[in-house]
Amino acid sequence: MAYQFDFSSLSGYGDLLAKGAGLTVSLTVVGGLAGVAIGIAGAWARSRPVPVLAPVVAAYVEVIRNTPFLVQLFFLFFGLPALGIKLGEFQAAALAMVVNLGAYSTEIIRAGVQSIPRGQIEAAMSLAMTPLQIFRHVVLIPALKKIWPALSSQVVIVMLGSSVCSQIAAEELTFAANFIQSRNFRAFEVYFVVTALYLALSILLRWLLSRLGQALFERRRHG
Amino acid sequence: MKTMLNSALKSAVVALSLLCLPVVAHAQDALESITKAGVLKVAVPQDFPPFGSVGPDMKPRGYDIDMAELIAKGLGVKTELVPVTSANRIPYLTTGKVDLVISSLGKNPDREKVIDFSLPYAPFYNGVFGPEGLSISGPEQLAGKVVGVTRGSIEDLELTKVAPATADVKRYEDNNGTISAFLSGQVELVATGNVVAAAILEKNPPKKPLLKFLIKNSPNYVGINKGETALTEKVNAIITAARADGSLDAISKTWLGAPLPASF
Repeated sequence: MAYQFDFSSLSGYGDLLAKGAGLTVSLTVVGGLAGVAIGIAGAWARSRPVPVLAPVVAAYVEVIRNTPFLVQLFFLFFGLPALGIKLGEFQAAALAMVVNLGAYSTEIIRAGVQSIPRGQIEAAMSLAMTPLQIFRHVVLIPALKKIWPALSSQVVIVMLGSSVCSQIAAEELTFAANFIQSRNFRAFEVYFVVTALYLALSILLRWLLSRLGQALFERRRHG
Repeated sequence: MKTMLNSALKSAVVALSLLCLPVVAHAQDALESITKAGVLKVAVPQDFPPFGSVGPDMKPRGYDIDMAELIAKGLGVKTELVPVTSANRIPYLTTGKVDLVISSLGKNPDREKVIDFSLPYAPFYNGVFGPEGLSISGPEQLAGKVVGVTRGSIEDLELTKVAPATADVKRYEDNNGTISAFLSGQVELVATGNVVAAAILEKNPPKKPLLKFLIKNSPNYVGINKGETALTEKVNAIITAARADGSLDAISKTWLGAPLPASF
């Protein structure tokens, strides 16, 4: 039997979908920026033989990379209030995404950092550059350039992963879809539209990140 | 093909009406035959805690089972519990396999065509629940409050209708999410069923969900065969007496963790 599509059943829910997509984007922007920042700091910490910091970062990376995102989210949202730390659903969702992306990007950026030839760093040292200058100009920028595609993918994965934030009543895109579906019972139409929206957001995000990568790295090669 | 289907349908109708015949034959005074036999056969659920489930001793237990015992005591007879499912509980009654259905049965016009109902014996409602000390007595007072509800549930639909625009309704994926949000303090109030609230109370949490106001009430009734006026009157008298002397309240406290609501 042919399914009768009825996209008119979605009329009146446009605002809700737009609001949902808006929240997904905000979560991704916060999660992406802060997550990558943590990743850079984490990669720096792991690349130095600091006695306490390196193992702490290693433990953080292993705990986050070996537990499900949903459980991390529930831990922050339902668990922390028991310790007196009450986070709203946006704060909890954003924090979970930052923490999650921080761990993954630490590993991705570390791989880039390790690929920098020892001789290049020694050359910088012989030029009397400070350790911070060496890390920034000689290690980090070339490392980021190498791992940029992998890092971009991870940011997209985290954006798509934000769909589980509907579980803690964060009203992002998947929440909007679930909500509409529970009101008009037109699951196929709703998820059809939401899938298209996610696809569009992903493509847009990838394009933006690739432009950002070009702007950050291509110019430097000539400059 | 169509005629074949038609004739199959006709024979099914005939077979069904034949099945219904014993109902008519059964229509003698049920109260008399129960008293004579000394046994009250009651259809009870065994898959619907806290109304009816199988206990650790493999015996049925729950609100409905206690209710069956209470009525049998009032009639001065023993009980014979017959486990039923929600789909077959009314056929069990109409075909005379049981004398009464005490199986968390709600009243609706379709059912009223087939069987009679006693007075309500158990509260079954959804409402807004919150901790002690929070004074809320109607939907308009939800303004500015954070209320948790399970998305798509009947409570969600009803609450959405009555809640003021400034009420912050948080919709969770399932009852567990709603319960966790309430217990962890992410929401001040929850809209849910009294059975769910009872399940929370059973765990004895530091924050107890107490009824603030009813959203929709659909209490449970004892189902009795049509025309059994004597039995219906007797059952109603037992329920009225049990409400008056507090024994019904005690059953409610045992299984639902809360006394009967005032509007019951």
